[in-house]
Amino acid sequence: MHPSYMVTEVLNLLAASLLLISFAMLSRRRTQRLITLFAWQGLVLFASTLLVAYSSGLRELYYSAALTLLLKVIALPWILQRLIHRLGVQWDSETLVNIPTTMLVGLGLVIFAFGLAQPISRMATTITRNTIGIALAVIFLAFLMMITRRKAVTQVIGFLAMENGLFFAATSATYGMPMVIELGIALDLLIGFFILGIFFFQIREQFDSLDLSNMEALKED
Amino acid sequence: MVRQFGEVALAIAIAPLFAGWIAQCRAWLQSRTAPPLIQPYRMLRKLFNKDAALAIDASPLFRTTPYIVFGTMVLAAAIIPSIATDLPFARVADAIALIGLFATARVFLSLAAMDIGTAFGTMGARRDMMIGFLAEPALLMVLFNAFLLSGSTALPSVVDASTAHPFFVDPSLIFAAVAFVMVLLAENARIPIDNPATHLELTMIHEAMALEYSARHLALVEWASDLKLFNYACIGFALFLPWGIATHGRDGAPELGLAVAALLVKLIVAGAALALIESLSAKLRIFRAPEYLAMAFLLAVLGLLVHLLLGA
Repeated sequence: MHPSYMVTEVLNLLAASLLLISFAMLSRRRTQRLITLFAWQGLVLFASTLLVAYSSGLRELYYSAALTLLLKVIALPWILQRLIHRLGVQWDSETLVNIPTTMLVGLGLVIFAFGLAQPISRMATTITRNTIGIALAVIFLAFLMMITRRKAVTQVIGFLAMENGLFFAATSATYGMPMVIELGIALDLLIGFFILGIFFFQIREQFDSLDLSNMEALKED
Repeated sequence: MVRQFGEVALAIAIAPLFAGWIAQCRAWLQSRTAPPLIQPYRMLRKLFNKDAALAIDASPLFRTTPYIVFGTMVLAAAIIPSIATDLPFARVADAIALIGLFATARVFLSLAAMDIGTAFGTMGARRDMMIGFLAEPALLMVLFNAFLLSGSTALPSVVDASTAHPFFVDPSLIFAAVAFVMVLLAENARIPIDNPATHLELTMIHEAMALEYSARHLALVEWASDLKLFNYACIGFALFLPWGIATHGRDGAPELGLAVAALLVKLIVAGAALALIESLSAKLRIFRAPEYLAMAFLLAVLGLLVHLLLGA
């Protein structure tokens, strides 16, 4: 079998597992499970970036793969775990509206993303172009997760998952962004995450809970 | 023909062993003393030696149902290519007819449970029908995934097609496999939906339907449910792990021996995996079951979408 064909096969497989993890995240109630899934998503992302780096022979991609491993598989999940321990919300579960409905909307989003990606993939020349649709779908699903969740921590996980999707889109459409931009994004992500972590404590002090629906009462007429 | 009978005999013989193996793994994982591997056989022997007791109101339907259910499961085992694909029976019915067979068994078991008129039997039958009608479309969708890849609705052709490219794993099959495991657990009264070891009246589904049966009838019902689990496992192997199955034209004695060995290895691994899943998850409330099965259905549909749109 031709080696590049094999690489495409494995990449498609990894992309599909990324989508699968996104759907699993959409359906989980417990915050702790979400963090584990987020770490898994990072791991799949790391594997796919490594594979793209290997097949395209670009050195920068190895660096960004290493960055993914450090930041998204090890650092962020660990910090998140500590955070929810400190906040005492590790067994928190959300009363989601209706999981089948959410999943149906997610399914619609996947179709939409695939349709949207088709003209782009036709123009792309990378070996990974088939997966642009999946990357878009992962972004949309993370959006959907942020919309359906009420708790601050889960919304942040949704945000991080969206970044995963964007990163995957970047590697699959253009073999990754320039290293400077990637480093900048990684740093932004970390800093933003720290600020949000501090926010969690502030929000809880103000409202005695991390439920963001309380924030709607802040509006002045 | 010899292959056909051999396969059916093997299925009937080792189905209780598979159930016993799962029970043993579960006991180990839960730090209990495991029952011996042949416990299901002892159970069957004990039940066959007892005198059957029937309720006064039992109609002939109640008495014939165990034989019908057992017969459908044996027929299903004859259709599923568990060790060889060149089976005379398998050409008669495709996978959709196979689902029909499972549905027939379910309908008869539910009718028999309602026949006696006890509250528990009726309740169990109703619940089982609910789960069945939710699980069937999901199972069909899973099968459509495999049909799309191989271009045929017959399981032997699916196996022949997928063993032709041994290193080829379509991304859509990941989704289908996850959905299939979910359906398997639901259809065989395993833990997220029903607990096979429970005798707590309010939560049981399969047990509630078999509550009025005794002796040889109960033995047949239990054996049939072991066979059902075995059949589902073999469908899973045929769809997702077809390696080792003796394909058309390459099914001499050494290949068949290899196929049996491969089947045993796959059963051992799958049984341990099932026990692990069951030990890690908690039983869902019955009203969560539609949600769970809707997930399985959606995953299978997603697999179809990925296949159609990714063009992989």
